[in-house]
Order: sequence, then C-alpha cells, then structure tokens
Amino acid sequence: MLVPVSWLKEYTNVNTDVQEFVDRMVISGSNLEVIEYWGEGIEGVVIGKIVSIEKHPHADKLSVCMIDVGRGEPVQIVTGASNIFEGAFVPVCLDGSHIPGPLHGQPKTEEGVTIHDGELRGVMSHGMLCSFTELGFPDKAAPMASKDGIWILEGEWTPGADLVEALQLKDAVVDFEITPNRPDCLSMLGMAREASATFGEELRYPETQCRKVSPELSSDYIKVDIKRPDLCKRYCCRVIKDIKIEQSPWWLQRRLILSGQRPINNIVDITNYVMLEYGQPMHAFDIRTIAGNHIIVDTASEGEKFTTLDGTERILSDTMLTIRDEEGASAIAGVMGGLDSEIRPDTNMVLVESANFLGDSIRRTSKDLKLRTESSGRFEKGIDPNLAKDACDRFCYLVELLGAGTVLTGDVDVYPNVEEPVVTKIRVSRLNKVMGINISGEQMCKYLNALEIKTEMDGDIIVCTAPTVRQDLSIEEDYVEEVARMYGYDKLPVSIPKSSNTARFLGLQGERLLAKNVLKALGMDEVQTYSFVSPKALDKVLVPVDSYRRQQVKILNPLGDETSVMRTMLLPNIMDVLYTNYSRSNENVKIFELGNTFFDNHKMDDGALPEEKDILCMAAYGDGENFFVMKGRVEELLRDFGIKDFEFRTQKEDPSYHPGRCADIYAGDKYIGTIGQVHPDVCENYGVECEVYAAELEFKDICAMADHELIFKPLPKFPAMTRDFAMVVKEAVKVGDLEKEIKASAGPLLESVKLFDVYRGVPILPGEKSVAFTLAYRAADRTLTENEVNDINTKVLMNLKDKYNAVLREM
Amino acid sequence: MKEQLISLLEEAKKNLNEIISMDEAEALRVKFLGKKGEITEILRSMKDLAPEDRKTMGQIANDTKAEIERLINERKEVLKAAEKRARLEAETIDVTEPAVEAKLGASHLVSKTIDEITEIFMNMGFSVAEGPEVETVYYNFDALNAGPNHPSRDMTDTFYIDDKTILRTQTSPIQVRTLLKEPLPIRIIAPGRVFRCDTPDATHSPMFHQLEGLVVDEGITMADLKGTLDIFAKKMFGPSTKTKFRPHHFPFTEPSAEMDVTCFKCGGKGCRICKGSGWIEILGCGMVHPNVLKVGNVDTEKYTGFAFGMGLERVAMLKHEIDDLRYLYENDVRFIEQFK
Repeated sequence: MLVPVSWLKEYTNVNTDVQEFVDRMVISGSNLEVIEYWGEGIEGVVIGKIVSIEKHPHADKLSVCMIDVGRGEPVQIVTGASNIFEGAFVPVCLDGSHIPGPLHGQPKTEEGVTIHDGELRGVMSHGMLCSFTELGFPDKAAPMASKDGIWILEGEWTPGADLVEALQLKDAVVDFEITPNRPDCLSMLGMAREASATFGEELRYPETQCRKVSPELSSDYIKVDIKRPDLCKRYCCRVIKDIKIEQSPWWLQRRLILSGQRPINNIVDITNYVMLEYGQPMHAFDIRTIAGNHIIVDTASEGEKFTTLDGTERILSDTMLTIRDEEGASAIAGVMGGLDSEIRPDTNMVLVESANFLGDSIRRTSKDLKLRTESSGRFEKGIDPNLAKDACDRFCYLVELLGAGTVLTGDVDVYPNVEEPVVTKIRVSRLNKVMGINISGEQMCKYLNALEIKTEMDGDIIVCTAPTVRQDLSIEEDYVEEVARMYGYDKLPVSIPKSSNTARFLGLQGERLLAKNVLKALGMDEVQTYSFVSPKALDKVLVPVDSYRRQQVKILNPLGDETSVMRTMLLPNIMDVLYTNYSRSNENVKIFELGNTFFDNHKMDDGALPEEKDILCMAAYGDGENFFVMKGRVEELLRDFGIKDFEFRTQKEDPSYHPGRCADIYAGDKYIGTIGQVHPDVCENYGVECEVYAAELEFKDICAMADHELIFKPLPKFPAMTRDFAMVVKEAVKVGDLEKEIKASAGPLLESVKLFDVYRGVPILPGEKSVAFTLAYRAADRTLTENEVNDINTKVLMNLKDKYNAVLREM
Repeated sequence: MKEQLISLLEEAKKNLNEIISMDEAEALRVKFLGKKGEITEILRSMKDLAPEDRKTMGQIANDTKAEIERLINERKEVLKAAEKRARLEAETIDVTEPAVEAKLGASHLVSKTIDEITEIFMNMGFSVAEGPEVETVYYNFDALNAGPNHPSRDMTDTFYIDDKTILRTQTSPIQVRTLLKEPLPIRIIAPGRVFRCDTPDATHSPMFHQLEGLVVDEGITMADLKGTLDIFAKKMFGPSTKTKFRPHHFPFTEPSAEMDVTCFKCGGKGCRICKGSGWIEILGCGMVHPNVLKVGNVDTEKYTGFAFGMGLERVAMLKHEIDDLRYLYENDVRFIEQFK
C-alpha cells in the first residue's frame, strides 16, 4: 500500500519526520516495504509555456519550439515529441539542469543526467523538454495525455517557476506491507486510522455532502435488482448529469501519481481516488448504455461472450457474477467494466456504482478469466459493505468539487442484510496474563478506542464493538494483539518458560546425526537433493519396469516433468550430483545423502499417506576408490550402529550395478542394502566416464536394528597364538564362505581370521586361486599350548578340504 | 717389554685418532684386545718372565690393557653419536612438501544450520520432532486455521498429490501432530523439508527447509516467547545481537509477530546485507491460535503456547553471505566443503 505522507496528513496529523513516523508505524503493526522519496535528483528544471512550434528544417521527426521560461525572450528548444501543442505547459531542462533519467531510449544510471545546450541537426537547442519518466517517475503512473511524449502539465503555471516547487513534487511515499487480515489498511483512511491510533492524533473523515444537488432523483433514472444476494451483499449507486469529461486538476492527479495510479480523466480519476481513499472499488457507467435503465446483478449465462474495456472478448461461465441490464452484461462484477458502457468524451450522464461483492466469487471469476485488477484484488481480500454509501457520496462530492457534473438527489441502495458490528467480550486479567504484563482495563480501553473500537467496561470484562471495517476482530486473542501492539511489543517484558522439559529426539534425528558424523569422519561430504525427480530417473539407473520402486507418488501440478514424481530411491539424484562434480573436474568426490523416499502404497484413497522411508546413499569416484573401500565404509557404519552379524551376498541381478561387482547386504536374514560398482551403462547415462562405487542402505531398518549399548570386554591377559596358511581353491569358492567355515570349525578359541593374500598365476592352475589366512587363537584364562592350537588348526584345514576341496600350499 | 707396552699404547692412541667409524673401532679392539690381539699376546708371554718381573710387568700390562680398552670405548661413544647425527641428517625431509590428505567430510550447509539451531534449542529443553513430508491438506491447512479460500492452498502455490494430499508447504503441521501425540507440557522444535510451487532462482526453490518451534504449557506468555527467541538469537548470531518484535499476521498464531535481529554483518549500522536498515528479518512467531490448540485437544483456558518458524536457507544464506540459493542444491563439493 503506497501512502503519500502529504496525503495522509489530510486525515490525521503527522508531527514527526518520515523516518520516525515509519519506525513507530512498524512497531504498531504496519510493516515497511520501502520509503520512496519523490522529486529527488531534479535540479534546475523549470516550467515552460510553448509559444510556437515549427518544423525542423533538416529533420522530419523533430520540431523547433520557442518556449517561454520567464526570461523575457523565449528560448529555442528542439524536440522529437509529437504530443505538444502551442500554449501547453511543459517541464523544461535548461542548460546545466539535472534529472534522474533515464533519457528516452537510454539505460537508467545511478547518477542521473545533466542537460546541456547542444545542436540538433544544425539547429541550436537550449536545453530539453522532458517526459514524465525522464524525471525519474514510474511509467505506470504517467498521465494518459503524456504517456508517450512530453509531460503536458495540467492547469495554468507561471513560466520559469521551479518545477519541483510549483508542482510540490517533493514527497515521501511509504510502501507498507499489508497482511491479509487487514484489508482495511489498503486505503488511506485505514492507514490514517492506524496512524492516528499510533500517535494519539485525531482522525478526520473526508467531506461527503454535496452542496447543491439537482432536484431530480437518482431513482428516476435507475432501478436495481440483486438476483444473487449470496454473491452481492450491497449495490449502491447514484446518477450524475451534465458530465464534462476533462483532465483532473493537478492536486488530484498528483495524489494518484504518488499512489501509483495513472491519471486518465476526471471521472475515472475520481473513481480511483475514492478507491484509494476508502478502499472501496467504484465503477462508472455511461447511463445511455444501460438498457431499460435497469441494473440486474446476476450471474452470466454459460458461454456468454463479453468484451471488457481492455478490448478483449471473454467467454463467461454461469458462476461469474455480472452487472447486467435488460439486454445483457455491462460489467463483470468487481473485476472489469465493459467496453460498451465505458465513459467516453461525449458521455453526458453517469451511473456510479459502489457495490459489495463476495470475495470468494470474485477470486474464482478473476482466476478463471486470468484477469486480475486492482478492484478484483480488493474484493478478494474482503471489503466492509458499510463503506459503499460513504464512498458513493464521496464520489459525488468530488464530482461537484471538480465541476465535472451535477449530482442528482438520493441514491439507489439495495442492501438486504445490513452488516452488524461484531461484539466480543474480553477479560482484562486474561489479556494481562497472556502478555505477561499488568495494565489497567482503562488503559486497554484507551488503546482500543484509539482504533475506533467501542468499549464498555464491567469489572474484569470489557465489551468490545469493532468497527465493521475491522473484519479481523472476533475473539479475545484478536484483542490481545490489538492491546499488545498499541502497548508496544518492544515494551513487553522478557522471560523464559517456567516448565522443565527434558530434551530428546522424538524421531530418528539422533541416529541421523550419528550416521552423518561417521561418514563425515570417513571423509564423505553430505549433499541434499530434491525430493521430487523426473519419471525418467528410474530408467536412467536401469530399474526394471516391475520393480517396487516404480510405485511412485505423482505430483498433480509439478513445476515441470523433471520434478514431477517423488523419489523412491536416492541413486539417481546422487548420480546427478556426481555428474555435476565430474563435469566441473572435481577430483576424488565422496558424497552421501540421508533422505526420505516415498512409496505409493495404494492406500491413499482411505486418507492414508504414502510410505516414507529414510534411505542412506553414498557414492564415490576417484583415486583409490574400489568395491572394498566402499565396503569398508559400510562395515564401519554398521559397526557404529552396533550391528555385528552383517554379511555381503553376491548379487548378479541388480541392473543398476556391475553384475560381477555387487552385493546385497544382510543383517541376519534382513536385507538392509546394496553395494557395488555402479553399472557402466548407468554411468554412461549420466555422462560420468569413470568407475563409480555406491551403496544404498535402508536407514530406517538399520536404525530399528541398532544396538547402541556398549558393554566392556576385558583386554586379553594371555598371548594369542597365530597360524598362517595358504590354500588352493577353485575360483568359484568365495572367501566369505571359507571364512565362515573357518569360524565354524575353529570354535570359541578363534579370536580372528584375516585374509592376507589372494594369488592367481604360476604355479597355480588357471581357474584356481591361492588364498592365505592368518588365524589368531586366544583363551581368556590361560596361555594356549602348541598342541591345542595345532589340533584345532588341523581340524579347520580338514573341514576346508572336505567342504571346499581346499589344498594346503607349502608356505 | 715395558717399552713394547708403552709403544702399543701410543700406537693405539694414534690409531684411535685416525679412525672414523664404529667398524674401524671394533677392528682396533680386536687388533689390541682380541683373542689374538697384541696386548693379549704380551699377557700370554708373561709366563716366560721371572716371577718377580712377572708381577711388575703384569701390573703394567694390565694397566695398559685397561687404558686401551677405556680409550676404545671412549672413542666408540664419540663415533656412535656422530653416526646417529649423520643418520638423522640424512633423514632430513622438506617439511614444506604437501601433506598426505587427512580430510573430514563436510555437512551440507542446511544440515549444519539445523544442527546448530537444534543444539541451541535442546539446551533450552526443546525436544526434536518430525512429521511426514507428504502431508494431508487437513494438517497443513485446516488444522492450522487457514480458511478454505486461503490463497496458499492454490495449485499455483502448493504441490498436490490428490485433493486431500499435498507436499507440506510448512513445518507447522508438526505442531498439530505433536499436540495430538505428546503429553503436555510440550516444548519442541521440528526442522524439515517443505515444498512450494516456486521456480528456482537466486532466492526461491521449490524445496527448502523450515524449522518450527512450539511451546505449550500453563501460563506461557508473550514475554516467554520474546525471552526464548532472544536467547536463540544471541546464541546463533552472537551475544551482542539485539532482537525486535513487530506485529504481523499468521493464521495459526494470535497475536503474531515477526522477529528481526540486528544485522550480523554490520551490527546494526546499516550495510548491503541488511539493505541499510540495520535489521534482518529472521522468523515469524506468535501465541498459538486457540483454534489450533482446540484441534490438538488442548484446554485453551488452562493452557497457552507460543510457536515460531524460520526459513533455514534464508538464515544460512544471510549468515554466510551467499547470494544465490541455487548453490545449496547444486551440490558442488567445492561449495559444500566451505562450510565444515
């Protein structure tokens, strides 16, 4: 909401400087977007009167003007503008004057532009005539008549007068952020109400009584029927005759311009002015166009065609409320008028509408037509129907003031259900308790009265009657806010809650922290990627069409195909990240993500949500990376979660991974993840031209199995005895199986078994390999004897021979 | 014989001065004192001497032997020290050569920010809650007092799965879920992902993170809200940080406020980061709206509460002077590793 401070002063006193005014308004609840200081950077620009215009001798598009700038002799200025005429008052930049710019067709600069005398195609120009935007003002507020040319000043001015002083261009315009609960503040009066309460100043309402009206009645010319009282709460209108369409006076234009509204002509300008003043959108119809002089507020018929005043033909539906006459639509209610009923230069009699339409209906219409206007935006947010008559009368008052027409007596006001003020009982003790302060009921009443809330005190109770413009006040808590903001949030005391709560993690946050710390210690960087992915992501990592991972949750209104389904695995995202890093030549990248996946469990019709599962995915490429390095990370992580009986089972069928370098990870009999070299075809799909190793872990399941209890085991007091041996086995025999057998055969005295060599080549036959282990034996209570260990070791070797045909090699 | 011994001693002294290694010292020991050494030979020949001479000469010979032994040992000590020095000298390295990399991984900046804030609030007795990212319209809007026509429900703002299910647009639904699940008094924070229909640019992302807070107990006041968040601000942004509470509006709090903190770059003087105002808007907060408490089956006469919520990307970006949000989800490790 743009609030020109000079305009606000018409309704209440502002005795502070702009910065302090704003600071205090912010504390009382009107948040600042920005303060614009108008008229800055304009120096030496004067008002000139065009004495004569002649064609430039050497250029078709240029004119040579003689301008009276109050220096006796007119000065000669060359211009390219075509909207000028003899007798017009215009801004003149004389030699050495300064304007913010930008000059027509040039980029905007910080420092602005200094104008100098110069020659244009051989003719001397002592300065420049300038446009509205060249003075640094926004194009959207440029007066219609000056939109694409020199700014033609409305009214009579003294040639040579300083432009900024004469037009009072220096002003501060404060842009306040208006929250959706306070549509009443989208008006000068609303902001004035806030300011008057904040500073304890009086609020002055505008004049609405015309001095002299025609004895003819508005109701002689117009009849109103509301067919849809559910969509139109009130329809108030008046008739004005002898309309003279002309430019608005500068004082009114100025206020519109500062508020960001383009001056168009007096009648349109007054509708906008009253809208800004009261927050009530107004519409003016040429009464000639209203067939049967009968206004009917009703929905359109389905498929009805209607041309709005922007010249666009629109197809209406039967949910859209329209203002109609006996032949058809004249306006889309609260959104935009029709081209046919528009005010024209020859309009003689006007019907001004000040109506109240239901916000939800206007929102739907505006959305369906993709047509948002200042008016529709205001109706959507909600307007007090009690404003309609005052705004209508104010319009008429201004018409009379401007001499734009003669107002007829009375109005036609259809208002079936008068909106009554909301009364709320509040308790002084409760308000004090919630705010943590102790102020009197009288003090509270003072704050509330300043906001035009009527109060009646009865002991601890205050009966509050809110003005109907304040649609946000209906419960006690609403009044806590009113009192608190008037008291000042900044003055409320500071304390901390007295109750004692014990902090704990209510979900898996602690486990996540542990996993992240482990992986970070292992040198891996954490990444975060979008929860939604492309439906093609699964194809890129070669997930089969019948995989459970295809049970994706789909977004009805995604930003694009790339983010249209919820992820069921993290590998595609991780591959994207690896590609980003690979393509930027980042070497040795080790990353992980711990995040949710989502599965459509086909229960959503019953109101159930999709299943969400935490997954941990890690991946790496670069020097020293291989399957076993990644396996080491997984094992360390599992150990840190207290999971001991995990195993890696060969997996040849997972299409995302290298068929010879992939394993499923099990804890006991439960699948907890997959590890492997990412399939070269997958890498190719992502453009990553190197070996990538990855692991995907079912984090939620791992957390469920985690055992964080740590019990001390005494350190060994007796020495261990070790035995090394190498055996030749067939290639197909797995080290994991041999280890399992060794552990099973050796029994409880075996402390550890470590593979220390795998050898292929002469003298080992092709298809066979030599594997070498170190076994450590130890007893907790004694030193083992040679014989004891030899016996066990012999048994181990025999069992290995029986089961795997393992032949002992000479060491 | 006596002359012979004296000359051997002299010879040994001379030889010892000439040698430079332990090996040579050992050779000298063998030469003089070994089984076939020259002193040993002389001692062995003593038996041919007359008994009275044998005693005198024996004495001299033993003295000489002891002296040579002492000299050799002395020389050995010197040589040993020299050899150690030489070895250490030979082992000299160029300490300015690069290190063998020993690198911790880095948290994602959003995680790091969550962890920092979580620690601050846990120290104030807040537990950490969570909730589903795919959420019902009920918990995300209805239960939070957002009217049926609240604009944030539009499909231009919210991602829908079906007409009852959405990607949560805020972490606030966790407030209601916690009220329904946990016993009073409640004191929780809830960080998490949220989703809105915003095309990625320097300040927008269709997915970002919020951190929600909720305290419900008997006698919770606006003063408690101010005090708690003021402590948070000081711990998060530095002890000299000041806070400012401005009235604002959220459907699920009444009264509502926004909290600004003094700019952590300029300390409040005004700079580029705070756009000259000296203040930075950090979070929204307020007293929990009675309609929300009622949905959570809380007796609104007996209990009051406050809630707050902040955008974590925004906090992280302001604190670390990051000018483009897209860096956070691009995951270039050179970016990630800057925030260890």
